[in-house]
Amino acid sequence: MAFTKTSKLLATVAFTSAIGSAAMAQEVEVLHWWTAGGEAAALNVLKEDLASKNVGWQDMPVAGGGGEAASTTLKARVAAGNPPTAAQMLGMQLREWANEGALGDLSSVAEENNWAEVVPAAVQEFAVNDGKWVGAPVNIHRPNWLWINAEIFDAQGLTPPTTWEEFNAAADKLQEAGITPLAHGGQPWQDATVFDDVVLGIGGPDFYRKAIIEADMDALGSDTMVQVFDQMRKLSGYVDENFSGRDWNLATAMLLNGEAGMQLMGDWAKGEIIRADMVPGEDILCVAAPGTEGSYLFNTDFFGAFDVSEESKPAQMELAASIMSKEFQEAFNLVKGSIPARTDVAPDNFDACGQKAMEDIVEAADNNALLGSMAHGHGQTSSVQRAMFDVVTEHFNSDMSSQDAVEELQIAVESAML
Amino acid sequence: MATAPTSEAVTAGTGTPPPGGKTRASVNIPRIVLYVILGLFCIYYLLPLYVMLSNSLKPLNEITSGGMMALPSDWTLAAWRSAWSEAQVGVAATGLKPYFANSFFMVIPAVAIATLLGALNGYVLTKWRFRGDTILFGLILFGCFIPFQIVLIPMARALGFLNISGTVSGLIFVHVIYGVSFSTLYFRNYYAAFPTELVRAAQIDGAGFFTIFYRILLPNSGPIAVVCVIWLFTNIWNDFLFGASFSDFDSQPMTVALNNLVQSSTGVKEYNVHFAGAIMAALPTLFVYIVAGRFFVRGLMTGSVKG
Amino acid sequence: MAQPMTGRSLRDWLPKLVLSPTVAMMAIFVYGFIFFTTYLSFTDSRMLPSYEWVGFDNYATLFKLRTWDIAVNNLLIFGGLYIGICCLLGLTLAILLDQKIRAEGFIRTIYLYPMALSFIVTGVAWKWFLDPGIGLEAVVQGWGWESFEFDWIKDRDMAIYTVVIAAVWQTSGFVMATFLAGLRGIDGEMLKAAEVDGASTFALYRRIVIPQLRPAFLSAFVVLAHMAIKSYDLVVALTNGGPGTATEVPATFMYSYTFTRNQMGVGAASAEIMLLTIAAVIIPYLWSELREKK
Repeated sequence: MAFTKTSKLLATVAFTSAIGSAAMAQEVEVLHWWTAGGEAAALNVLKEDLASKNVGWQDMPVAGGGGEAASTTLKARVAAGNPPTAAQMLGMQLREWANEGALGDLSSVAEENNWAEVVPAAVQEFAVNDGKWVGAPVNIHRPNWLWINAEIFDAQGLTPPTTWEEFNAAADKLQEAGITPLAHGGQPWQDATVFDDVVLGIGGPDFYRKAIIEADMDALGSDTMVQVFDQMRKLSGYVDENFSGRDWNLATAMLLNGEAGMQLMGDWAKGEIIRADMVPGEDILCVAAPGTEGSYLFNTDFFGAFDVSEESKPAQMELAASIMSKEFQEAFNLVKGSIPARTDVAPDNFDACGQKAMEDIVEAADNNALLGSMAHGHGQTSSVQRAMFDVVTEHFNSDMSSQDAVEELQIAVESAML
Repeated sequence: MATAPTSEAVTAGTGTPPPGGKTRASVNIPRIVLYVILGLFCIYYLLPLYVMLSNSLKPLNEITSGGMMALPSDWTLAAWRSAWSEAQVGVAATGLKPYFANSFFMVIPAVAIATLLGALNGYVLTKWRFRGDTILFGLILFGCFIPFQIVLIPMARALGFLNISGTVSGLIFVHVIYGVSFSTLYFRNYYAAFPTELVRAAQIDGAGFFTIFYRILLPNSGPIAVVCVIWLFTNIWNDFLFGASFSDFDSQPMTVALNNLVQSSTGVKEYNVHFAGAIMAALPTLFVYIVAGRFFVRGLMTGSVKG
Repeated sequence: MAQPMTGRSLRDWLPKLVLSPTVAMMAIFVYGFIFFTTYLSFTDSRMLPSYEWVGFDNYATLFKLRTWDIAVNNLLIFGGLYIGICCLLGLTLAILLDQKIRAEGFIRTIYLYPMALSFIVTGVAWKWFLDPGIGLEAVVQGWGWESFEFDWIKDRDMAIYTVVIAAVWQTSGFVMATFLAGLRGIDGEMLKAAEVDGASTFALYRRIVIPQLRPAFLSAFVVLAHMAIKSYDLVVALTNGGPGTATEVPATFMYSYTFTRNQMGVGAASAEIMLLTIAAVIIPYLWSELREKK
């Protein structure tokens, strides 16, 4: 134990070369699941920034299942009466913890720094609960991207599809040429990411809002939803036969090495593209998923602020202020592939896809088409979300008919809402 | 490490010549078959290790370009170095190195306490029997089956109440509780076969409760102690759920760090580093297997029966 | 087995005193928690425990869920095969290794080492090995046997069997060690006597050795049953319940409802059903196993 403390301390000193002694005036303990590679390194920017304000960082990383393990840990910590100063959360989790009354209040630092002016309203809907800022947003991811291997599309004389019909036509052509049209990994969250795109692409933003976010039974049982599952069935014919259980990054690798022509995945795929020495927006094109141009699905990572003791509050405020600083937002999101959670960061340093995202989000917000992603914890409560996952995955991996899938979906959602 | 030195050893083997005979030199068909079978099983057990080991010695692009089953064409130790001391585990790029100590501080006391308690329980339950002891044993055994998922929240409350939440002591406490059912099971079943006459004779000689345990049972517990220690050490060392839930920023065990290294959700997955880390994390357990295996020698008991 | 006789009071209470810490721990942290869970299963607990009584609602929800049916069925298939194969393989290997094998220590370690590896990562190795696109199937086809097929992990009906293969790989070595300890604990004199009487090796094992391994069987059974029921890491790493929900097991179900889905009441209800099932299987076995010892 002592060993870790010492070495962490050494690391702090080595990295920041800031303060010589261990005596930080204040400390924050932060639970998060950005534990490996670039995103963890990017978080170090935040740690350094806090160190310069004489606030120490106690790192509590727990990875696994897109934050599932961390959320279990969080529950245990809260049950033990020992919550961290702040914890990484997706939008719905933040709302759920706020409803449990476990979170504190960042409103003073939010007002001081004018968060309300710069954070998109759709993001604020999660960050502000009952008139109080309960969390600080770090980034905005866009899960509804379609990534295209430019070389393959050129060779086949194809143009990026803008509707699902065009997508199907392009996919048929690729299939004839012996190329897997869609790189995909059959894991529930990946299936759901595709499902989000299809619902939004076929039904449009209002339908998405009604069916997914409001879980309206009529919308869930509508003909449009049957069409959505019809398209999902088509898509299940466009993946290779070994897709099930594949990690998303191995699917991306198929896209990069030309085995597959397209992939529906969030902007975190950029990390893999850059790592393969390819340029996002040139070698691998980024366009909005078919039919979703003008709309923007999002998911945001927040740092939820727990209701800590009075003496820990100043450090908590410092943490929140640092998270929302333009410098950190830019530095972190450049690495992460997402765009800053505040709209006033200059787009100059971002790549073509990032710049497009920053334009698109403004347009979508104006059209009331900036919507929380169901697959990524911003569309539905966890229980309903997972119930939707169950049906989507089951349908995608079997020969269930669209009609049956729609009925199953209604039953599953209804029973999860009880 | 074979059983040869103890002349009392049993020779119930298929191909083994009668006792006392010229054992080693004779080569016969059944014995060759025996070795072939054992060798084939070695391959079955080693295959996944081959996948892990060969991939841990490759650069990442060799893996992602599809050569997952092949031997490395470009051998490198970079992944091992990275997993040990350079990879990002949380915000600090420390590799797995610092977390080994945390795990040792947790595992060693927990295994020692649970094993000793189990041995004592097994001793009482077989050699100092009382009314209802079998039912009590049954009740202790049932503790093996409690799903950890349901334990988490109430246990967190209990640790908070005892003021040891987020500490190494808290983790040891939890692991002892859920390990002792198993250690009791092993020792009770092993001691059940131990001749009670020996205990009685010692009692008549005036030996007390602890003397008998210490002098007679413990020296003969080699094989079962190996099994018990292996089980507890492996389970506690590899436990993730308790480690992740009940540790603090400064007491996170190895598995949590390994998991952090491996499970980055949306980051680049460096499989070669993951495999190197996984093998590295297993080395202490392997070491225990090899060391403890020495006590797997037969014949101790027959010796003591005679003596 | 005779009761060691003694009249002195110290000797009466000392053994019980030694046993008491364990008994106290079990009472609170096993039976107390089971009681707590039972209570939760009748409440509307979602994200954190709540104490609003809802009767049998959670059980009604549970039995309507198709995933739960799948999970229970999978446990039966998986548990049966896993326990059976591990016991058989473990016993066979233990007997083979007990023939004064030259490199026993070395081979034993090879059989045992899978236990040492955490499934968080080993699962990935297995996943690749079983993947028809890159693993065994691809390699064998590469050797020229074009029609070779091994795609169970992608097949909804067969995927659960790949979980069995990996699970057997992981624990059969440990079962072997349990039996080996049992073999090494058997009284050598008795065997020698039988051997002198001219009993064949096979008869020796069937009539004398294996019956004496009953306590070792009990240990192995309990450990394997425990692993079968709690097989969480393994399934998550290998298939994560897929394809679709084809390899969902009660442990993944319980975890997901209790923590991921914030339906703690349903999770508790499923734990309750699990515990009752375990009790129904284990208690008769323990009863028959322990009773005749008296």
